[in-house]
Amino acid sequence: MSGIKHKAYDVYRWFDRRLGLAKPITEAAEHPIPASSASWWYVFGSAATVILVLQVMTGILLALVYTPTARDAWNSLNFLNHGLTLGWFLRAMHGWGSDFMIAIVLIHMSQVFMFGAYKYPRELTWIIGVFLLLMTLGMAFTGQVLRFDQDAYWGLGIGASIMGRVPIIGGWLVHLVLGGPDIGATTVSRFFALHVFVIPGILIGLVGLHVWMVLRLGINEWPMPGRLVRKSTYVREYEAQIHKDGVPFVPDAAWKDATFAAAIMLAIIACALIFGPIGPTGPPDPTIIQTAPKPDVPFLWIFALFALLPPKLETPLILIAPVVAILVMLALPLYAGEGEKHWSRRPVAVLMLMVVAVSIGIFTRLGATAPWSPVMNGWSADPVQPQYLKGRTPLERQGALVFQNMQCRNCHALGGLGGQRGPDLDGVATRMTESQLIRQVLQGSGNMPAYGNSLSPSQTTALVKFLSTMEGYQPQAQNDANRLLAHGVSPPRDKSQDTAK
Amino acid sequence: MENPLDKMMPEALKQPSQHTRRKFLFKVALLVNGAVGAVLAVPVLGYVLGPVFRKQNGENFWVPTGNLQQFPPGQTRLAQFRDPNGTPADGQTRNLPCWVRNIDGKRFQVFAINCAHMDCPVHWFPQSKLFLCPCHGGVYYQDGSVAAGPPPRGLYEYRYKIVGDQLMIWAGELPTLSTEARLRRPGNSPCLG
Ligand code: FES
Repeated sequence: MSGIKHKAYDVYRWFDRRLGLAKPITEAAEHPIPASSASWWYVFGSAATVILVLQVMTGILLALVYTPTARDAWNSLNFLNHGLTLGWFLRAMHGWGSDFMIAIVLIHMSQVFMFGAYKYPRELTWIIGVFLLLMTLGMAFTGQVLRFDQDAYWGLGIGASIMGRVPIIGGWLVHLVLGGPDIGATTVSRFFALHVFVIPGILIGLVGLHVWMVLRLGINEWPMPGRLVRKSTYVREYEAQIHKDGVPFVPDAAWKDATFAAAIMLAIIACALIFGPIGPTGPPDPTIIQTAPKPDVPFLWIFALFALLPPKLETPLILIAPVVAILVMLALPLYAGEGEKHWSRRPVAVLMLMVVAVSIGIFTRLGATAPWSPVMNGWSADPVQPQYLKGRTPLERQGALVFQNMQCRNCHALGGLGGQRGPDLDGVATRMTESQLIRQVLQGSGNMPAYGNSLSPSQTTALVKFLSTMEGYQPQAQNDANRLLAHGVSPPRDKSQDTAK
Repeated sequence: MENPLDKMMPEALKQPSQHTRRKFLFKVALLVNGAVGAVLAVPVLGYVLGPVFRKQNGENFWVPTGNLQQFPPGQTRLAQFRDPNGTPADGQTRNLPCWVRNIDGKRFQVFAINCAHMDCPVHWFPQSKLFLCPCHGGVYYQDGSVAAGPPPRGLYEYRYKIVGDQLMIWAGELPTLSTEARLRRPGNSPCLG
C-alpha cells in the first residue's frame, strides 16, 4: 500500500516541480481570515461562483444541440425538451441556475452592503462587483432572447423600443441591437455571440479579479458598532486582528461555503426536477398575435414600471434612472469609503436597502399579475352572471349585452370576473350618477377610451341603465332627465374623418 | 507616509529602471503594434456597425399585403406581408402582421402591429372600434389615434399604394419612436388608389 502512495507522491512531485502551483494554491487556501468572518453570512459569494461553473457547464452542453438561428432555435429547444434523453433536465438546470444566480448575487450584494464590506480598502472589489451584477443581468436578458419563443420575440420589440427612445442615436441603437432593421436571423445570432462569448468572457475575467482582490485584501471582518474604518489605520488594525485570532480559510470557513454551495445546487436540482425547463412558450411567429408578452422574473419589476409610470416621465426615467442607479452604486465606496461599518449605526443604509428591496418585490409581484393589462377575451369568456340580470327591465338587460359586446369586460370586472385595468363596476351606481356615467362612457378620460363613436344613443342609454342597477336605483325623475341628456350629448369627433379629407 | 497597501507591490515597480537602448526599442515596437491595432480597428468597427449604417434601396421595400378584396370598406382586417429585408434564416419571423383599415373603399390606413408604447402586438375589436394592447393597456381609436393608456403617440402607419388589385406597403423597419420615420421617408410618393 505504502508503495502505491509513494509512487503517487512521486508523480505529484514530478508535476509540481514543473508547475510550481502547490505552494501558491495552498497559501491562498489557508490564508488567514478573522475568526468572526468564518460565518454563514459569508457564503454567498462562493455560492455564486459555483453556480457560474454550473451555468458554464450546462451552457456548453446545451450549445451542443441548440441552433442559434431565428428559423431553427425554437425547434431545437423543443428537440432538447422532448427528443433528447435528459435534454429537458439540462435546460431546466440552466434556466433555474440562472434564476438562483441572480438571487444569490443580489443577496451577496445586500450582505456586503449591510456589513460595510465595500469600505476601504475594498472599494474596487465592490465596483467590480457592480459590473458583475450588470453582466449577470446581461446574461439573463440575452438568455431569455435565446429561448427564442413568443415572449422572446416581443421582448426584443420592447428592448428595441426602449433603445428607440434614446434621443438622436436611437435609430442606430435599434439597428445595432437587432443586427438590422428588424427582428430576424441576425438578431438571434448576435444575442448568441453575446450570451456565449462576449459576456461570459467578461464575466469570468471580472470574477477572477474579484476573487484575487478578496485574497489580496483579506475577507471583511465582522463589523462592530463604534469600530470605525480609517484609511490611516485600517490595514494595521486588520493585520493585528488576524494575528490575534486569525483562522485559515480552508477549512475553518470553507466547510460552510462548501456546505451552502451543495445546498444551493440541491435546490437547483430540486427546482429543475419539480418544475422542469422554463419554456419555450409559443413559436416566435409574429403573425400569432394572441399573446400577452411578459419578461422573465428578474425583469418583471421593470415591466411593471413601464405600465405604471406617468407617460410624460417615462422616457426620461427609463433612460436616466438606470444610469443614475449604476453611477450611485459605483460611487458608493468612493463616497462612503470610511467610517462606521455596523448596520446599527447606519440607519439610512438599512432604510435604503429595505426600500429598494420592498419596491422591487412589490413591482415584481405587480408585474406577475399585470392588473393593468386588459383581459383580451374577457368580453367573450366571462358571461354576465345571472344575479346582475334578475329582475332587470328589458332595457337594462339590453345594456348588459352592450356591456359584453363592447368589450367593457376586458377592462372592468363584474362579480370578480374580467379585467382590472379599470375599476370594478359592481358598485358603480353608488359612485356615479347617471349623467356622470354617460359622460364617462361617451367621452372617456385617463385610462378609459371614449365610446362616443362606437355606441349609438340607444346603446348608450341601455348600457347606462344597466350600470345604474349596480347597487341601488336612482329617483325616477333624475333618470328621465338623464335620458334626455343621453340623447343630447354629442360624441367627440372622429379624428380620422378630419385627417382623411 | 507609506501607504500600507504598497508593501504587497513587486520590488521592480517601486524603483524606476534606467533608460537603455532596448527599452527605447521596446517602446518603438509597442508603438508599431498600436498602429497595427488602429488599422485593424477600422474593418472591425465597420463590420460591427454595418447594420447601423446600411443603405436601403428604396424600390425593394414595397411589399404586397394582400388582395383588395380582403379588405371590405369600413372594416379593419389583419393582414400579412413578407419582411423585405428577410432571409431564409429568418424562419417564421419573416412573416409580419399589420392592420389594414379600409376607410371608405378608396382610402386606406395600414397600421403597424406594434404598439407605439413598447412594440407589443395590438388587437382590433370591431365592436367597440378600438385597438387594445395586451402589455400595459394602451388603447387606440379606429384611426390609430391614442384613446387611453401609456402610448406616447398614435399607431405607426405604413405608406401604401395600390398596384392592380394588390395593396402594397412600404415596410422593412421595426417601428419604434426613432425608426418609424424611415417608414415615411420621401421616395415614391404614395399613390392613393
Ligand atoms: S406596449 Fe402597448 S401599452 Fe405598453
